[in-house]
Amino acid sequence: MEYILIIIGAIFVNNIVLAQFLGICPFLGVSGKVKTAVGMGGAVLFVMTLATIVTWLIYTYILAKFGIEYMRTIAFILVIASLVQMVEIILKKISPSLYQALGVFLPLITTNCAILGVAILVIDKDFNLAYSVVYAIGTALGFLLALVIFAGLREHIEKLPIPKAMQGVPAALVMAGILALAFMGFSGLV
Amino acid sequence: MKEETIMNNLKNFTKGFFKENPVFILLLGLCPTLGVTTSAINGLGMGLATTFVLVGSNVVVSLIKGFIPDKVRIPSFIVVIASFVTIIELVMSAYVPALYESLGLFIPLIVVNCIVLGRAEAFASKNTVFSSLIDGLGMGLGFAFALTLLGSVRELLGSYSLFGYKFIQTDGILVFVLAPGAFFGLAYLIVLIKKVSK
Repeated sequence: MEYILIIIGAIFVNNIVLAQFLGICPFLGVSGKVKTAVGMGGAVLFVMTLATIVTWLIYTYILAKFGIEYMRTIAFILVIASLVQMVEIILKKISPSLYQALGVFLPLITTNCAILGVAILVIDKDFNLAYSVVYAIGTALGFLLALVIFAGLREHIEKLPIPKAMQGVPAALVMAGILALAFMGFSGLV
Repeated sequence: MKEETIMNNLKNFTKGFFKENPVFILLLGLCPTLGVTTSAINGLGMGLATTFVLVGSNVVVSLIKGFIPDKVRIPSFIVVIASFVTIIELVMSAYVPALYESLGLFIPLIVVNCIVLGRAEAFASKNTVFSSLIDGLGMGLGFAFALTLLGSVRELLGSYSLFGYKFIQTDGILVFVLAPGAFFGLAYLIVLIKKVSK
């Protein structure tokens, strides 16, 4: 039951994009089409879960053990960057079809602040490993949901007559604002 | 110093404010921009922290640009940036704990701010130490300017106050302090700045 609450909280109440403002770049940049949005969301789900497990283990068994917690930022970003590279190489070898689907998004993920953000958040919240994994999965699902909804909206908005100055990013931001407003309706759910 | 180089440095410094403003024109670093600007002081603090990291990493990257093999260039830049982020994290938690608390997660996330890596790669790895320093300072202050502006607008509308000084003793339009207000505020500021800088 607790795990279900964590997942619902991470998807709807504290949505990573619309309430915590992490991963805005891919949110605005990639989400032009629903299909690409699903691909990007899938890649984030995969890397975020993996990265959270690895960084949690490194923090608990290396950094905290030797009292060098202040190395957290440096250690985490290096681990995530090399992890993304490794995932890319392994996927290419083992599952070419999955690589085809996620491949183009993987290099972009290193600089996705949602990944590093969740890795740091679970440490700050003192979650144990199981909680951390569940939280990472829920957050990534929330990212996927926001991305897909936003892409669907964007496919429609392109046909609308928008004032020239508002076209592109400003219009997208206003739409994201309305979406965030809608998601605020979920607050107090958990 | 020749007049031409002075002019060039001046241009490097001022371009970050309007012409190449990282937030309003280049649309980089939007996560902290939207995340911390619930008040003007938070925006200013975040902007100055990023400026410190930008200047530091720009200078160091431009100093070591000759020694780094091309292939490991990006990881090396990231380590340099992460070191400066760790420095500012420790300094802020020691001297301005209240601000450090309210910025929270976004301080370590300066590491993945595209502006910092972008300037290291696009400018500091190709230019002299001094012009990299000027570029970092200009871009950083441009970022700080953008964040303070958005923070002021949101604080002014959301709680009728500015830098903590309250003008009207009632509750503001709460939505501007909450998440949606960040998106709305930034959208209209971008439109406004685009018009002004033309």
